[in-house]
Amino acid sequence: MSDIASAFRPGHKSLIPYVTVGYPSLDATVEIASVLAGCGCDIIELGIPFSDPLADGATIQKASYHALQQGATPRKCLEVARRIHQQISTPLVFMTYYNPVFNFGLEAFCRGCKEAGVSGLIVPDLPPEEGAELEAVSREYDIDLVYLLAPTSAAGRIEMVAQHSRGFIYLVSLAGVTGARQTLPPELEDFVRRVREKARQPLCVGFGVSTPEQARRVARIADGVIVGSRLIEAIEQDGSLSALRDFTCRLRQALDFESE
Amino acid sequence: MTTPDPPRAGYFGRYGGRFVPETLVAALDELESAYAHISGDAGFQQEFARLCRDYIGRPTPLYHARRLSQRAGGGAILLKREDLAHTGAHKINNALGQGLLARHMGKTRIIAETGAGQHGVATATICAKLGIDCVVYMGAEDVRRQSSNVRRMKLLGAEVRPVTAGSQTLKDAINEAMRDWVSNVSNTYYLIGSVVGPHPYPTIVRDFQSVIGREAREQVLAQFGRLPDYLVACVGGGSNSIGLFHPFFHDREVKFIGVEAAGQGLETGQHSATLARGRAGVLHGTRSYLLEDEHGQILETHSIAAGLDYPGVGPEHSFYKDTGRASYVTINDSEALEAFHLLTRTEGIIPALESSHAVAYAARLAAGLKPEQLVVVSLSGRGDKDLDIVFKAMGVEP
Repeated sequence: MSDIASAFRPGHKSLIPYVTVGYPSLDATVEIASVLAGCGCDIIELGIPFSDPLADGATIQKASYHALQQGATPRKCLEVARRIHQQISTPLVFMTYYNPVFNFGLEAFCRGCKEAGVSGLIVPDLPPEEGAELEAVSREYDIDLVYLLAPTSAAGRIEMVAQHSRGFIYLVSLAGVTGARQTLPPELEDFVRRVREKARQPLCVGFGVSTPEQARRVARIADGVIVGSRLIEAIEQDGSLSALRDFTCRLRQALDFESE
Repeated sequence: MTTPDPPRAGYFGRYGGRFVPETLVAALDELESAYAHISGDAGFQQEFARLCRDYIGRPTPLYHARRLSQRAGGGAILLKREDLAHTGAHKINNALGQGLLARHMGKTRIIAETGAGQHGVATATICAKLGIDCVVYMGAEDVRRQSSNVRRMKLLGAEVRPVTAGSQTLKDAINEAMRDWVSNVSNTYYLIGSVVGPHPYPTIVRDFQSVIGREAREQVLAQFGRLPDYLVACVGGGSNSIGLFHPFFHDREVKFIGVEAAGQGLETGQHSATLARGRAGVLHGTRSYLLEDEHGQILETHSIAAGLDYPGVGPEHSFYKDTGRASYVTINDSEALEAFHLLTRTEGIIPALESSHAVAYAARLAAGLKPEQLVVVSLSGRGDKDLDIVFKAMGVEP
């Protein structure tokens, strides 16, 4: 079983926070990961910033821009991941766009992930049709390549992703970009059910989840909840990370309420 | 390690493809099948041809620029006068075609990105004509330097949304348009203005722009009884150049030359010469040459011509470059300005600064040719939009 697969167990709802590496600084990211692990997060998603993050809303765009100014290159992000991995045992996955990975070299990047202790990879602009190469290379290094599905995905695509996604499947809750939202889309239950019929992997829902109540609602139907922009806002709010700690722990409690 | 990419739809050699968020895949599939349908639909094609003639004013002339040729001193320079198309640039060809396609698909809202504003104006124009809501994303820097086009778009009823992210130019406008599309994909048509973006856009835009090359080919045969020796066109994203080149693809004796913007000089880093200085990568949904730093971050570019100020290029150009079908050269800001004045004073034609890059190279090329040799230049747009920039460069107030 991969590190990521072991983060999911029956009756437990997984909490998956996203933070941009280098926001507000490379050192801070190491500290932030410890806080997240301390709150009982199950997997930590580390964003490698890209200059043109077209799947991201304003919050993560801003964090990415700031992180690039801090020198958060893919190589530096691998170093940060290694430091985090030395301190905590929570599985780590990278989220980034395809160009930085392609530029690094698929083989070199996956080897780097393996050495740094990163177990998975999420690349939002790499659908399975374009992913064969990275799938093959990542598999050689035991890195799980996680694919995404959206409410607009037709039945055929759900089957394709169910065949190819490793670790879990990332369900994008809505047609849109990342960012905190007031409400969850009403069709979410139906979307998760459609995927559940075809897929054996754990299903994790992200994009727009921004309150403990929303997380609870998602946890009723999914195996994991991914929260990103709202955490970045909490980090921005309070450099001592106490806002981040409080909010993440509230998310954990909300999910535990739905766990058996 | 892995096997090479198999040839498949949407690829030009190893370039192209569809590197997009999952949410957009269904929309691209829908677009692909709607486009396949209208490609074989006589009614659609007739309407497109009729509007090309009656609305855009096609065919645009192929004009033998005798004084310019004389001044260059050598071969004959023939200008394909896209500046005479309705709205003043070739962009209208594609905007008309895709606008009709959007209507056919039942979309009620059209979004577009624009750099120099020519594509924005073309899209706003077609939306006014078809009665469809229009939102144009434009980098804040471009809003400032191409203000006359911003005013035109507003008059035409479009909402212009300035984009303040990144370099505040075309690349950032495309990011923002894609974000809008992801968020409003059910009712919105994204009308891309160049041969860039995910499959099927590079093919669709090329096909609608190929009217330039088809006409030019007929015209040069009718006027000179033979094919030209050279085709010269500027390359930003690359739509006017592909539109000119593609219908000559199998005429192996016709040489293609794409002219990129060297900005303040290739050595300064302040340029947009993607094919000359870039390498393969993935941006805006397609694999192609791009300008990036050593870490895979996209670089900010520069050109005096806003329409060339883009760090990527259409995947078909990357294919042409690698296979040697086309060669790519560069012209810098001051050479383009010089050509702007040269064409204005020798022929009474005020070219867009984008097209001035092609004119500059063509004049240099023609100097070394024999009088019977023919150079077709895509005069992709007129220069009214650039007067402020030109006067500023001359150091005088308009």
